[in-house]
Amino acid sequence: MEHALDTTMTVNGSPVRRRIPARQHLVDFLREELGLTGSHIGCEHGVCGACTVRVDGDIVRGCLMLAVQANGCKVDTIEGLSDSGELEALQKAFHEKNALQCGFCTPGMLMAAQDLVVQKRRCSREEIKRHISGNYCRCTGYQAIVDAIEQVLNGQS
Amino acid sequence: MKAPSFAYARPGTLAEAFDLLERHGEGARILAGGQSLIPSLNMRLSSPELLVDITGLAGLSGIESFSKGLRIGALVTHAQIEKSPDVRKHAPLLAQAAPHIAHPAIRNRGTLGGSLALADPAAEYPACAVALDATLVIAGKKGERRVKAGAFFKGLFETDLRPAEILTAAEFPPADKAVFVELARRHGDYAIIGLAGTQVASRKRFVFLGAGATPILAGNASKASSLAEARQALGEDLDPPADLYHSSGTKLHLARVLLERAWNTL
Repeated sequence: MEHALDTTMTVNGSPVRRRIPARQHLVDFLREELGLTGSHIGCEHGVCGACTVRVDGDIVRGCLMLAVQANGCKVDTIEGLSDSGELEALQKAFHEKNALQCGFCTPGMLMAAQDLVVQKRRCSREEIKRHISGNYCRCTGYQAIVDAIEQVLNGQS
Repeated sequence: MKAPSFAYARPGTLAEAFDLLERHGEGARILAGGQSLIPSLNMRLSSPELLVDITGLAGLSGIESFSKGLRIGALVTHAQIEKSPDVRKHAPLLAQAAPHIAHPAIRNRGTLGGSLALADPAAEYPACAVALDATLVIAGKKGERRVKAGAFFKGLFETDLRPAEILTAAEFPPADKAVFVELARRHGDYAIIGLAGTQVASRKRFVFLGAGATPILAGNASKASSLAEARQALGEDLDPPADLYHSSGTKLHLARVLLERAWNTL
């Protein structure tokens, strides 16, 4: 049986073809093979959310998906969304609201928050908290993060 | 941590999947959404020789209403259940339960079939399946068989599934009323205790999760004619095991809190 598989995916708009060990999870592949170190590895068992990336438009845990499972998929990381300008409003709000300190959780937090922004609806603080409940931040105490997301979603300052 | 080495196959048909499972026996594990299996691999709690990724199998991803209720394919994700108008209409209990499962990024990958087949005692769908008296559809080399949810969950992470069988769908009969309530320390965390409640005509069914090794149907509380009687009877139905943070007594108290909320909603 195959322990490594030829895998094709589109990462941040560019086609990628590699032979990938079955045991390698997606975020390790992105970081180690493609040098996309913006997606962070925290707990590596699906609890902390630092590795959040987008696969075919949906956010997923990069540590809970094997890279070979992304065969044929469109993968977007913090680098892609940042370079394209998609995250501009959130990044500005995070800066203004002091929504990061050490920054380790920030890429995952932005990916999770953007998932709410693309739904284009107004959200209560409770809904925002529920949406980012799977993303740990050990610095801010979350209030500033919720402030920043609220500002972008609801246009409040 | 990193997962140990394993082989990986993504069969295109059920027949191929059965062959792989049969050939590799206990060394093979079925991979669906992977939201419980991959953490257990990363933590090296399990070390299969082969993962059989069933996400490429056709016919396991549909949600369809039929004469006896709603049939949901095993590969339907929690996010799809959460957003499906058909689920909201025909099996609102599942629509209420889905947002309690972990977090959005996990709900985008985790599947109904995976949750039922794993049979985690704190999981939402097993309790819902028992409360709705669902029928689980199981496919194997010799054909298809159907098992009632109440007989499917046999023990801690133990089900009626036999080697080389695959859970392909679940069928949920309609209920007149349904309510799902759960207590967790943080939204999306494992439930301390949860309750799936249904009512068909005047018959109530209260099924608890996180209260034992399997979903527990509270038979006496379900038959009670008043809330006070039901609260009292729950003591005979449940003997929840303590966890790291909650004693058995605390859990029973919280179960009564949920019972009251559910009773007042049905």
